[in-house]
Amino acid sequence: MAVIQIVFILVAVVTIISAGMVVSVRSMVHAALWLVLALLGVAALFALLQVRFFPVVQVLVYIGAIATLIIVAVMLTRQVMQDVGSQLNSNWWLAAFVSVTLFIGMVWALSNWPGMMTTTRAVPPGGEDIVAFGKALTDPAGFVIPFEVASVLLLGALIGAIFLATERKEKQG
Amino acid sequence: MIPLSWYLIFSTALFCVGLFGVLARKNAIGILMGVELMLNAVNLNLLAFWSYLYAAQMNGLVFVAIVFITASAEVAVGLALIISVYRCRRIVVADEMTELRG
Amino acid sequence: MNFLYDPVGFLAEWLRGLLSTWGIPDVWITFMLFLVGAGLLATGAMVLVVFLIWGERKVIGRVQDRFGPNRVGPWGIFQTFADLLKIFTKEYITPTGVDIVSYNLAPILAVASVLMVWAVIPFSITFYGTDFNAAVLYIMAVGSIGEVGVVMAGWGSNNKYAMLAAFRAVAQLISYEVPMVLSLVLPVMFAGSMSLVGIVQSQPVWNIFLAPLGAIVFLISSIAEVGRAPFDLTESESELVAGFNIEYSGLKFGMFYVADFLHAFTISLLFATFFLGGWQGPGAAQFPFLGFVYYVLKTGCVYFLTVLMRAALPRFRIDQMMDLNWKFLTPLSLVLVMLSALVYKILPKNMVFLQVIVMVVLNVLVYVVADWLLNYYEKRNPRPAVVNELRPMARFPYAVAQSSSVSKKAREG
Repeated sequence: MAVIQIVFILVAVVTIISAGMVVSVRSMVHAALWLVLALLGVAALFALLQVRFFPVVQVLVYIGAIATLIIVAVMLTRQVMQDVGSQLNSNWWLAAFVSVTLFIGMVWALSNWPGMMTTTRAVPPGGEDIVAFGKALTDPAGFVIPFEVASVLLLGALIGAIFLATERKEKQG
Repeated sequence: MIPLSWYLIFSTALFCVGLFGVLARKNAIGILMGVELMLNAVNLNLLAFWSYLYAAQMNGLVFVAIVFITASAEVAVGLALIISVYRCRRIVVADEMTELRG
Repeated sequence: MNFLYDPVGFLAEWLRGLLSTWGIPDVWITFMLFLVGAGLLATGAMVLVVFLIWGERKVIGRVQDRFGPNRVGPWGIFQTFADLLKIFTKEYITPTGVDIVSYNLAPILAVASVLMVWAVIPFSITFYGTDFNAAVLYIMAVGSIGEVGVVMAGWGSNNKYAMLAAFRAVAQLISYEVPMVLSLVLPVMFAGSMSLVGIVQSQPVWNIFLAPLGAIVFLISSIAEVGRAPFDLTESESELVAGFNIEYSGLKFGMFYVADFLHAFTISLLFATFFLGGWQGPGAAQFPFLGFVYYVLKTGCVYFLTVLMRAALPRFRIDQMMDLNWKFLTPLSLVLVMLSALVYKILPKNMVFLQVIVMVVLNVLVYVVADWLLNYYEKRNPRPAVVNELRPMARFPYAVAQSSSVSKKAREG
């Protein structure tokens, strides 16, 4: 077993266990902290794929912004659910059945694909070409339209979130 | 060294764990955390395919960037909604959010 | 290579030779050298903090017209060692009801997030941790991990005031990341790469002359990121009783304290890297040790500036801080990035002197326009005047003056 395979197995096991803890732990803040660990594990797996830019973006966007926001939101809404009792609703066995069936079905469908066992990578060993990526994002013959639409989506989300979070003073007594 | 199948099976497993979280969690924020896990599994899948097979084209990387952007926009709006409902009604369990007026 | 020219490289080669004569395979040698290097760097950073704390206390003391610590050792050098001994031997008082994982993990995250930045900083032409080609984003990402540590400290302490302080701290830290990243676009644009090694090596003239206003915006927002005065609302000793650090004692508090000073030094290092040319100087390319000395001198100047700011300026309120960020720094840095990119693109690439003059004029113009806009806004919406009577102020008691004149007369006559 090469060293990199051992590293992959370790990181994958840690991430799957953290993800399992996210969906089953009783205290919501603990679930948010396990989510941070799972996101770090996914960032490590991105790095194993020899992409240089995306692990950093994953940590910056997901852990730095999204996970912090989730932790703050959990702390702000804590008074109702006092973290006692089961955190799973009454149909959890059906959810487990659906998840396991989906997993088995997808793995079986993938195993029929001949390209599954490729070990050679098309990515150059120095990582991806960030300059080409930047050019693709701003090239009119490239992906500038999805990029600009995503910017407008972020602007809409920003304005919408501010509007939703503003207290309507005239409604509350 | 690492076959592509390991990445694909791992991302499928992560997706199914996230799906279980979405379907089985009571708390609305817990459901959102399951959605985040699913989005991460999708990103990993895209990057694995790009890295092994299609590294000459930038389609895969642009798709991953758009998924990052969409995920952060969705989390922002979703959490704003949940906090707004909590402020009015003091409920955070998804099953109890049954009324639209108020 | 000679020991004097490049001490670190010389030691690394000697160690590599020694280990390979012992028969260890090459991959393991590289791994062990990296481990030793990382350990030495982290240890050096922590030992440096000791002297940083001493220097800051002396300088603040002199600004306040008193000596700093001067009892323990010559010029009080060993004062921080005495403080360290005290902190090491203090008892860990863990309050009831704390969340054990959050409470104990938070100081570790705070220190780790600062130390991880030191892995990408180029100290000289051969002495750097790694040449990461997305290093600028890496620095921001690692700072975000520290914010999670702050929230965990506040919530894990089982204390309402700690949690409030942690929320305010996180709001401040997240808000000030925006102008920091925007003003960092300017050195990246001038250098054409996001790696710090590339940014340092491609500064024919220091970036502070090409983007002075960007440098000022970066300095202000990174001081706010650290949480130092005048932005130290998060640990204000007179208001929220030390903020999210309330329930920490002993070495855990020492970790937060160390992280604060080390973070301040780290942003001085980053400022010197991005805007002051890093290790560049006369003769630094041939003698790497000289480059290291230049780097330390530049960083020391910037750190001295931050210490002076801490000594002189009063603290901001939370709403003043948020206004400063969202209404001033973010639009300013956005406009600056757009205009600088436009002007830099149309300037010829080889006439450095012309570039410097045009960019300085542009920055001064942007600042003048921003200043005029702020004055205009202030005239339109003046701050509400004090409508009640002034409170009685303590005045110089005339009775004492009269009695002194009485004693003068008594002395004369």
